[in-house]
Amino acid sequence: MALKELSSLEKFLGLKKHNKYSTQGDNKVPVLQSNNGPVVGLLTVCSHLVNEAKRPELLGSSTEHRAMVHQWLEYRVTKVDGCGREEVKTVLKDLNLYLQDKVYLTGNCFTLADALMYYGLHPLVVDLAVHEKEQYMNVTRWFDHLQHYPGLRHHLAPVVVLRNRVYTSGHH
Amino acid sequence: MKLYISEGNPHCLKVLAAVEQTLVQCDVQCVIHEERGGPFLSRPALPALLLPSGHHLFSSNAICQYLFETSGQKPHTLINQWLEWETTELQPALLQALHMAVLQGKATEASKILQRPLSYLDQCLSKGTTPYLTAETVSVVDVVLWGALHPFLSDSSPALGEWKSVQAWFERLAGEKACQAAAQRVLPGKSLEALKSFMQRQPAPHSSQRRGAESCNSTPSEAEEAVRVVSEEEMETAALAWSRGLTACPEPTKRQHPILPQEGRRNLLLTSALPYVNNVPHLGNIIGCVLSADVFARYGRLRGWNVLYVCGTDEYGTATENKAREEGLTPQQICDKYHAVHADIYRWFQVDFDYFGRTTTKKQTEIAQDIFWRLHERGFLLEDTVEQLRCEGCRRFLADRFVEGVCPYCSYPEARGDQCDKCGRLINAVELKNPLCKVCSKTPIIRSSKHLFLDLPKLESQLEEWLDKSTGTGDWTANAKQITRSWLRDGLKPRCITRDLKWGTPVPHPDFADKVFYVWFDAPIGYLSITANYTNQWEKWWKNPEQVELYNFMAKDNVPFHSVVFPSSLLGAQDNYTLVNHLVATEYLNYEDTKFSKSRGVGVFGDMAKDTGIPSDVWRFYLLYVRPEGQDSTFSWADMALKNNSELLNNLGNFINRAGMFVTKFFEGCVPAMELLTEDKTLLAQVGWELRQYISLMDKVKIRDALKHILNISRHGNQYIQVNEPWKKIKGGDQDRQRAGTVTGVSVNIACLLSVMLQPYIPTVSQTIREQLNAPAACVGTMLHAAGSFVCSLPAGHTIGTVSPLFQKLEADQIEALKKRFGGQQAQNTNQAPPVAAPAPVATNDEAVVSGADPEKAKQLTQAVAEQGDKVRVLKAQKAEKAAITLEVNKLLELKKQLALAEGKSPEPAAQKGKKK
Repeated sequence: MALKELSSLEKFLGLKKHNKYSTQGDNKVPVLQSNNGPVVGLLTVCSHLVNEAKRPELLGSSTEHRAMVHQWLEYRVTKVDGCGREEVKTVLKDLNLYLQDKVYLTGNCFTLADALMYYGLHPLVVDLAVHEKEQYMNVTRWFDHLQHYPGLRHHLAPVVVLRNRVYTSGHH
Repeated sequence: MKLYISEGNPHCLKVLAAVEQTLVQCDVQCVIHEERGGPFLSRPALPALLLPSGHHLFSSNAICQYLFETSGQKPHTLINQWLEWETTELQPALLQALHMAVLQGKATEASKILQRPLSYLDQCLSKGTTPYLTAETVSVVDVVLWGALHPFLSDSSPALGEWKSVQAWFERLAGEKACQAAAQRVLPGKSLEALKSFMQRQPAPHSSQRRGAESCNSTPSEAEEAVRVVSEEEMETAALAWSRGLTACPEPTKRQHPILPQEGRRNLLLTSALPYVNNVPHLGNIIGCVLSADVFARYGRLRGWNVLYVCGTDEYGTATENKAREEGLTPQQICDKYHAVHADIYRWFQVDFDYFGRTTTKKQTEIAQDIFWRLHERGFLLEDTVEQLRCEGCRRFLADRFVEGVCPYCSYPEARGDQCDKCGRLINAVELKNPLCKVCSKTPIIRSSKHLFLDLPKLESQLEEWLDKSTGTGDWTANAKQITRSWLRDGLKPRCITRDLKWGTPVPHPDFADKVFYVWFDAPIGYLSITANYTNQWEKWWKNPEQVELYNFMAKDNVPFHSVVFPSSLLGAQDNYTLVNHLVATEYLNYEDTKFSKSRGVGVFGDMAKDTGIPSDVWRFYLLYVRPEGQDSTFSWADMALKNNSELLNNLGNFINRAGMFVTKFFEGCVPAMELLTEDKTLLAQVGWELRQYISLMDKVKIRDALKHILNISRHGNQYIQVNEPWKKIKGGDQDRQRAGTVTGVSVNIACLLSVMLQPYIPTVSQTIREQLNAPAACVGTMLHAAGSFVCSLPAGHTIGTVSPLFQKLEADQIEALKKRFGGQQAQNTNQAPPVAAPAPVATNDEAVVSGADPEKAKQLTQAVAEQGDKVRVLKAQKAEKAAITLEVNKLLELKKQLALAEGKSPEPAAQKGKKK
């Protein structure tokens, strides 16, 4: 999974050279052999790629912004990846509340955190029924926005998102 | 900037040490554990840093990094890498170790868990050339790792003997002032002890069970769907039940009309709300009443209960008169015409009524008038005058919808007699300014007219007493109870039961000669009269509460009439009527992102469903899958295609088809001998558990929830086949062939069980499966008997019939066309996200539709296919023996098939093309 994600990210970043990755350990941690030795870990490799592509703004444009990007990248690999079926609800609920007043995860501009969170949430969102998508409306809105973000989707199937609310309460 | 920390929280150590180390100005506040870290997190998370911008950081590493960067230390790849290692590798191990050491007192075992990360750290430190992890001086990495390891290492430093470099590094850091200050503030005294209350509030760490290993496209919300551990005992019980086979099973009883209550059996009388005759029912109507009741009726018959399911069209009332006028027919002609339309639709949906009648019959008049007189004699009817509009031109009183006028509130000129379309206020027809008759456009006059009222207040205490009993013992859905309660809470008022109309059951009282019964009084009596038209012994059902259990199925808008008004009539009539025991009400089904609307042409109506070319069973499946059980739900074309392709085709159909095909291909159509191993018994136990869940849910009429358990069984089955690979084993030695036989035999028996469980939902397919498997009729009764048991109903030696695919894929373009056709105005909404499959190349279309795909596996398989392909080419080039080549070619084909599966495509594309209806 991580490898597909990396290759999609490479394409998104417009990197000409496509890297070869290996994995290590039971958790299949991705490893990239760079000129300065191995780069280990999904987040580290992704940050490395962003720097290679000379797009440092994707890691945050200020100290504060970078810390937020860091935080959401970490959230992706610790909370979203490998989350059990019960935890899915908590993750979606928290994100939904968080995204209530945000366009992107860290505010008003797209960062690596959005890209990786989108890749990571995809398997969860695919499984949601229409009414659940609506229940987590802010996540769904953000997700739909991301899947239409130019050049990002690549290996993932598009998820159908309804534009209008269906479950307005008390329509009778 | 504010930093919130709490005592005894290990994550606060590093943050506090980072503050001390970097000397960044920051207001540190110590709070109690329960306070929330970020305003949006459901679990309290500390530490938390409130940034100058107002944003919160709740990740301790992000906070540390922020502090270090503020003090001038830029992040780089090596730092990132260590921080990532800390969160993804070290922290999970630490959490587990702390859990053991602090809460379970198993310190030695805990340190074993940490061996791996510690030895990695040791290696890196000993290979490195600097005293600290990334540099000559303390970096964010050192502080973070120190903070993480401190609680453990400061307590059990002897364990560090093995790792000299870690020990030296740790001691160096422990000597730093920043670290000492942090440790003292957060974990004073013995560190592990201080962590106790913190650890107690953490969820128990689970050994990393990863989601996505099995395909799951069901809602991840039900707790019982979590992976269950099967105990030895369960396994043995399951194996024992299995081995009993079909020996002692009751033959399913044939239905013989008329069905009457029988002594010593469960006698169930099922009704579904009578559909109003002048409308073609839409999908919401169908799932709300007739289809739900049908599933339960079928299930009840399988369970061996004595079930009578009656329904019919509700034909009296203003709307019918109106429609008749529109179409230039008599009301009776309208009823005849539409009654046939209804009956046709339900027949197409395979709704298996025992009797589908109508309300415009002699029996209806007889029974309604009898109930009326009994109520009258017992003093439960009141007389009152009502002011109504009467049109002298048409010489009749005008029903609300036949009057139009100026709204008394907002002066909208075209307000209706009951409501203003502009301001939405409810209106009493006599309040309209300048009212006009909608038929002849003359001005009606206000006339008072005498009417009869049912004295509900007088019946209230009796009703409440009965309701307490019925809702306490029966299966009333939550919404039914709630709606009923709210009616009673507001207090009951007398309700008018007569109308100045012609098309209705005539009121027999001479003082009210020109009047008919109001439909709400009349229509539920239809249940009785329809039964009376079915059998003249109808009273054995309707005046027999001791022997009969009555189930009413309906959508929630009908609840008050069935729980309050109609029972009041029957209670007042005092004739030992059978009153409702179980009131099953659904919520609403919406259409795509709007409501069904006949006038706007939005939505699918009963008569159109068959024109879509989609089989009735698929419609039933999907409607039941999204049955608005407990909450509103939505019919969506894209979702229907998805569920058809993922659940019916790839999950259910694929499993049943594979099981049957293995018997046909590998064992000449004869079920092979089965030797059960632990793995098989585990599966039997899992399947048995799902079956029992199904039965307990169905007994409570949780139709939608029960369906999930059927799909779980075939998911278990698919996994079982996938793991055991009978297609490979069949080519192996004796032992492997034996194994292939067992797996095939168990699978085909599960397919047989599935056919039974599916019968209430998709009867045609269920029948087809049993025909294909040549299954004995007795399998139904045995497996659904009592609490349910999964037995071997197709023993070794049993010959199955011809197996063929059960379902057909719904293509994206087909669905898109249907969506347009039924979408009304919504079809023009081009902004909509692409449904189901984007205009991607055809080859990847399948991936988009099927969420059961497993890309990781697909990747491995792609590799394997390529390698096997090379092998075949080499053999051919070498002109190897034909047998050897065939063997390798078969392997290649099998790999390709698996690859197709892993990519979520149908494994036998050629076979699936055959149209099956």
